Amino acid sequence: MSRIASAFAQPNHTAFIPYITVGYPSIEATLRVVPLLAESGCDLIELGIPFSDPIADGITIQKASFRALQNGVTPKICLEVAKELNQQVKVPLIFMSYFNPIFNYGLDEFCDACARSGIDGLIIPDLPPEEGYDLELITQDHGIDLIYLLTPTSTEERIQLVAQKSRGFIYLVSVMGVTGAREKLPPGLAAFVTKVRSTTATLSAAKGKQFHPLCLGFGISTPQQARQMGKIVNGVIVGSRIIQLMEEDKSLSLVQSFARQLREALDES
Amino acid sequence: MRIEAKQLPDSSGYFEQFGGRFAPETLIPALDALNAAYEGAKHDPSFWAEFDSLSRDYSGRPTPLYFAERLTKHCGGTQIFLKREDLAHTGAHKINNALGQGLLAKRMGKRRIIAETGAGQHGVAAATVCAKLGLDCIVYMGEEDISRQPLNVFRMKLLGAEVRPVSSGSKTLKDAINEAIRDWVTNVRDTYYLLGSVVGPHPYPTMVRDFQSIIGKETKQQILEKCGRLPDYIIACVGGGSNAIGIFHPFVNDRDVKFIGVEAAGKGIKTLQHAASLVAGRVGVLHGAKSYVLQDDAGQIRETHSIAPGLDYPGVGPEHSYYKAVGRATYVAVDDNAALEAFHLLSQTEGIIPALEPAHAISYTVKMASSLPKKQIIVVNLSGRGDKDVDIVARALGVKL
Repeated sequence: MSRIASAFAQPNHTAFIPYITVGYPSIEATLRVVPLLAESGCDLIELGIPFSDPIADGITIQKASFRALQNGVTPKICLEVAKELNQQVKVPLIFMSYFNPIFNYGLDEFCDACARSGIDGLIIPDLPPEEGYDLELITQDHGIDLIYLLTPTSTEERIQLVAQKSRGFIYLVSVMGVTGAREKLPPGLAAFVTKVRSTTATLSAAKGKQFHPLCLGFGISTPQQARQMGKIVNGVIVGSRIIQLMEEDKSLSLVQSFARQLREALDES
Repeated sequence: MRIEAKQLPDSSGYFEQFGGRFAPETLIPALDALNAAYEGAKHDPSFWAEFDSLSRDYSGRPTPLYFAERLTKHCGGTQIFLKREDLAHTGAHKINNALGQGLLAKRMGKRRIIAETGAGQHGVAAATVCAKLGLDCIVYMGEEDISRQPLNVFRMKLLGAEVRPVSSGSKTLKDAINEAIRDWVTNVRDTYYLLGSVVGPHPYPTMVRDFQSIIGKETKQQILEKCGRLPDYIIACVGGGSNAIGIFHPFVNDRDVKFIGVEAAGKGIKTLQHAASLVAGRVGVLHGAKSYVLQDDAGQIRETHSIAPGLDYPGVGPEHSYYKAVGRATYVAVDDNAALEAFHLLSQTEGIIPALEPAHAISYTVKMASSLPKKQIIVVNLSGRGDKDVDIVARALGVKL
């Protein structure tokens, strides 16, 4: 079982997965915030590699990426930061990156470097399973989980495809749209989760495959939302709100207390 | 025996190693639906009957193939023909694709149309077709382009479209595409994305090529009528590459017809202030397709520069990357100053003010024509007219209007 899969092994525990952009507002802040998040009860951490053209991201992460790039952050630097963090925290680390920086690095070279930096998984929002064949093989060779996404528009066939190919967990995109804090989550979200759950359960029963953890992201920004969604998914991903709090309070105490509130909310769910 | 080129792209949208569908999951079902709708339309004679009828009566096709006699003399005698896309409705080839996709959107029952624009020509074409078909139209345009092309912004508004300024990144075409994709991801159920070039995820590069191929089909018939044979060269400017693919593609199996694509060298290839993806880029993934891309060592997309807003784009259509890889076309680059010279030359030898984009193609044609035998034939795709660029040219000359 991969380190990511193990994070979901505990029964009745909903994983808390924060996202941060590496190098925003500074590399030093990244090195400080990740141990704080780990102490505050997160189970996995998503580290965003900044990209010049983040088409799946809303304004908060767009700006964070832009600033990080101005700070000179590259995939190489992200790998170095991950290596340093991996020595400080025990939680599995996942890179979120658009495909071009990885393709440009070289798929093999990148996965090799990820493995050496202690990266456990990759999330690539512009790489659907149809285009992921090569990277699936290479990540498997390096013991890295390639995590695919599903959205409310995904058809039954696509749910099956992703359930068969995604490793570690399945990333459920809660909204039609880009990343960003939202006051309200869309109606029909529970139905979407139920639909995916029933497909993966049928698949597990038919093929004797292991259980597929479902983690929900995009738009989740309050403990109330986390508590509500924590009842039906195995993990909750929160990004933009954390980035906003890092901007608001450079001492990071707001981020820390927010993370604790999310942890408590998920424990109550 | 003649060997037919393989039918490209394949069913996954690949031209050998270029193309594909590197898009967020939200859009994959929409791209599947688009592909299915387009395949249906492609094999429906009534769809093409409507396209052909509107191309004729609304867009003013066929556009003439014009023998540029004074330019020919100026260059030393190689016969230069201009395919007059500047005479099409709205003043550029962009109307062909906008019309085709507008009809497709209507067929799919989508009433909200989004588009991106660089120079504003595609935005104007999309706004025009939406007005004609009674569809809502929102055009994303970079702030930098809005300030460079105020006339086109006003035209879009006159046509009833909403122009949304894009302030992220380089504030040009690539950022307008990013924002249009974000809109589409958010509103995918009721929205049709009318992409303006042969870029983007499958099926866009193929679909836009098919609609623009009307340029090459007409050219073939016209040159046979005028000269009794096919041209030796076809020359077209390449930004995303839709006018070039449109005129090249119908000749792809005519191996004696050489293709030359002219990219924007901006202030010079060495300055990095250019937009020559095929000449100076590396293979990468941008806006949903694998193709040549201008990027830095870390795989970040570079900001580009060209005096011609329609060429100011760091990527290029995957079919061009394929033509480059297999040697079917040659790609070169012409800088801002040379394009400006050609802009003047064509204005003063032929009385045709070209858009700055095809002025790049004219520039390369003039350079090449002087060293070719007189009996050879060059066809240049004059993809748009230059009215929109008069301000930019005046500024470049330091003239106050």
